[in-house]
Amino acid sequence: MEIIQQLVNGVSLGSIYALIALGYTMVYGIVKLINFAHGDVFMVGAFIGFYCISIFHLGFFPALVIAMVACAIFGVLIERIAYKPLRNATRIAALITAIGVSLFIEYGTIYARGAQPEAYPSNIVPLKSLELFGVKISGQSLLILGTSVFLMILLQFIVHKTKIGKAMRAVSHDMDAARLMGINVNNTISATFAIGSALAGAAGVIFGMYYTKIEPLMGIIPGLKAFVAAVLGGIGIIPGAMTGGLLLGVIEALVSASGYSLWRDGVAFVVLILILIFRPAGLFGKNVREKV
Amino acid sequence: MKTLKQTKTFWIWIAAAVVFAVVTQFLINGGTLNSFYVNTLFFIGINIILAASLHLIIGITGQFSIGHAGFLAVGAYASAIVTTKLSLPFPVALLAGGVVAAIAGLVIGIPTLRLRGDYLAIATLGFGEIMRIVFLNMDYVGGASGMTVAHLITWPWLFACVLITIVVIVNFTNSTHGRACISVRENEIAADAMGINTTYYKVMAFAIGAFFAGIAGALHAHNFYIIQPTNFGFLKSFDILIFVVLGGLGSMSGAVIAAILLTIISTFLADFPEVRMVVYSLVLIAMMLFRPQGLLGTREITSFFKVGKSAKGGSQDASKQTVA
Amino acid sequence: MRKKKVAGIFMSLMMAAGVMAGCGSASTSGDAEKGGTIKIGANLELSGGVASYGQSVKEGVELAFEEINKKGIDGKKLKLVTVDNKSDAAEATNGAIKLVSQDKVSAIIGSATSTNTLAQVQIAQDNKVPLITPTATNATITNKDGKVNDFVFRTCFIDPFQGTVAATFALDTLKVKSAAVIIDSSSDYSKGLASSFKANFKKNGGTIVAEEAYVAKDTDFNAILTNIKAKNPDYVFLPGFYEEVGLIVKQARALGINVPIMGGDGWDSPKLVEIAGADPLKNTFITNHYSSGDSDKKVQEFVSAFKAKYDGKSPDAFAALGYDTAYFVADAIKRAGSSDPKKIQKALESTDGLQLVSGNLKLDKNHDPIKAAVILEYVNGQQQFKTKVNP
Repeated sequence: MEIIQQLVNGVSLGSIYALIALGYTMVYGIVKLINFAHGDVFMVGAFIGFYCISIFHLGFFPALVIAMVACAIFGVLIERIAYKPLRNATRIAALITAIGVSLFIEYGTIYARGAQPEAYPSNIVPLKSLELFGVKISGQSLLILGTSVFLMILLQFIVHKTKIGKAMRAVSHDMDAARLMGINVNNTISATFAIGSALAGAAGVIFGMYYTKIEPLMGIIPGLKAFVAAVLGGIGIIPGAMTGGLLLGVIEALVSASGYSLWRDGVAFVVLILILIFRPAGLFGKNVREKV
Repeated sequence: MKTLKQTKTFWIWIAAAVVFAVVTQFLINGGTLNSFYVNTLFFIGINIILAASLHLIIGITGQFSIGHAGFLAVGAYASAIVTTKLSLPFPVALLAGGVVAAIAGLVIGIPTLRLRGDYLAIATLGFGEIMRIVFLNMDYVGGASGMTVAHLITWPWLFACVLITIVVIVNFTNSTHGRACISVRENEIAADAMGINTTYYKVMAFAIGAFFAGIAGALHAHNFYIIQPTNFGFLKSFDILIFVVLGGLGSMSGAVIAAILLTIISTFLADFPEVRMVVYSLVLIAMMLFRPQGLLGTREITSFFKVGKSAKGGSQDASKQTVA
Repeated sequence: MRKKKVAGIFMSLMMAAGVMAGCGSASTSGDAEKGGTIKIGANLELSGGVASYGQSVKEGVELAFEEINKKGIDGKKLKLVTVDNKSDAAEATNGAIKLVSQDKVSAIIGSATSTNTLAQVQIAQDNKVPLITPTATNATITNKDGKVNDFVFRTCFIDPFQGTVAATFALDTLKVKSAAVIIDSSSDYSKGLASSFKANFKKNGGTIVAEEAYVAKDTDFNAILTNIKAKNPDYVFLPGFYEEVGLIVKQARALGINVPIMGGDGWDSPKLVEIAGADPLKNTFITNHYSSGDSDKKVQEFVSAFKAKYDGKSPDAFAALGYDTAYFVADAIKRAGSSDPKKIQKALESTDGLQLVSGNLKLDKNHDPIKAAVILEYVNGQQQFKTKVNP
């Protein structure tokens, strides 16, 4: 029973990673940029949700929607101000900018409101826990898993069945060719950032509801882990991010369960390095040879 | 004749540097510089070494590593073990810090340097974090509470280390090996096609960079009384990265000047840590948007004073490398 | 080429030294003796992970200084010089160096947590300036390998005592047989408390069935809690800091661990109740330095003075110990009759029977106070005085 309980723990932790990783993987897929600020958009989402609930006394779902919309706008702003001018710059320049944006959001938040943590009010969503054969599954973790799966399917639908999705795929395949075909590349990239950031915002609110405590630096570790998850599944591939997230959550839970809880964060990075060395395209990806 | 003149000027500068060191030593002994300033001065020295060593990896070889604090940690712990656990003298610890960090550089460099660009960045970031977690879980080095280390460094030690680091890295850059590294930065595939063993040079630059980061670690450990895994998180790596980026990717003097200025600025902003980080991040973003090559680009500070001369004597300025 | 670089480096070093030399000469003025004020440094966690502790200590110290300065000490006033160590040990070292060499303080009121205080011990010893920590409970601060750090003092009891009290309370009052221990392995405080708890619990007939660890800033503890649940302990000992403790208690209750959970003074923050929620905190206990609900006259006077100054806020143990530390230092300065750090050190050492909010202060040979601890229970999210344990 214990091992099943641990798997359940891992899946609920992993679905948070998955939710963040979905946005990460979309953005990377289209602009080939590690958006370090993604974890911080997640944090901003958590705080917007918190203020909606605690100050304006909104319910969970209105707060979630507001956080998603605000984060979408925020994401587009980040892209337009910081990343767009660098689209043709070196990878290193783009990466440094991303780190800069990330630090700016973190410490800007601390500057604005201080570093002290906030606690989400408990019981925003009254959910009962489920007890199956001695395994406790909290209603909230089912909600998280459900939300992640739903959003993944929605994303798959958007990317594969809609016009904007088609444009996204075209841009990610070859930006210049897409532009020649009459696709508005800037708008497509902005749309990707909007969707990805909205997902991060949603993840933030859900995280706050599940774990209660939020603070300005909360996005760093989940952000890095989500990136690991995205790489694990194959970066740019939506079901890959989902699988990678869940897998990473389970690996971490099992590591903790076997008495090595202190090594948990280290294991995530070991997984990353191993996957980068042995299967850089990730579990779901195809190896592409670098062109000259 | 030219070589002779060059060597002569080189020695003049070394002598001048030594005079500077001696003067500073007198100021310290005379009490003009109190221990707060001496501490800042030491901190500047350590940061110069860190900036110079990362400059070799990022600025010269073009390998984007953001786990430099990992090597700092390895050097700090290795040297601390040598002095506190094995009771060996400080010079041994200094060397041990560098050598162990260089070995760590080899171990991590050989597999990960096959990766490129952002993957390498993330892998090195991961490495830095793993190092921190390893030290956190080692009871031999005190785990989270860290190790208490004797304060052993003195101004001559520090100055010698800074000087040696700079001389070695500058010489390396101007050697055949250094030029091979620059070719890797400019175009790895082309360098490969020209018969340069790119992996070899990448690993070599990485190991040398790690060696000096380890030296900096040894100095750090014996300056700050206590070392703890939390001192070596990725924010520390970012701090070092900022020196290199701000000064100019590919400019040694740029990195050094940035290290000096930013250390002084951050000492003055110590009471406003948030402001410091907000300013840092804005500077990073603005720098990338408006001057992605950094303050000095790949030029060196001395090239500004050379303008008049080079008109007469013809340019022998080697800094005509293109930008990263 | 190389000479140019060396030249560049040389000049930049020169500039830096020039800047600093200029500052250096300017700052050596300002002697503490002359101005009728005595400078006391405070090196506290005003931002960062455990900012709540530092803030509380600062409030307590400021209140005490205000009261002391009404009368003055032999006509002199105390002046507080605060540095923020950002809850970071390296910053704590820098801060201590600044206080000693730049501000030339007569004594340093040390950090609230053990790790940050440990980072300053060597500086206090080297510069012969007394360092008095209000709340750092790790035993090695005052006494390392059998050698007393003669310039280091504290106002609080130490971890071994706190752990012993918790173990005795668990065995005798709660009547439990088996315990699980969860340690924050990134904190000396947590480790110290856990080891003395384990030793005493085992010595007096209890068994430790599970031991798990986490590091500060973790958010998901379900995996280790599941391990603990499988071992079915009667009681969980959780010495940690409020941010993580809140989450652990909440997740433990959600997993169905309903046994008593107990911790130390690290729990003492209003944030704990916000994070964990009042309901999960049912059946939890802490050992602490003092209780604002204590009917003692000295305590009640302090509580009302504190509430008057800080808009009705109730002082936690950190504020009380900050307040006590200020009086401890002021008393020593008065008896020393001087602002000379070495004389203050002698006076601090001979403190005996000083009346403070957290009890009478008397130091043992290790500079550790001998004083009582209280046990508090969380009822409806409020701390309730349960019992007082004398050493």
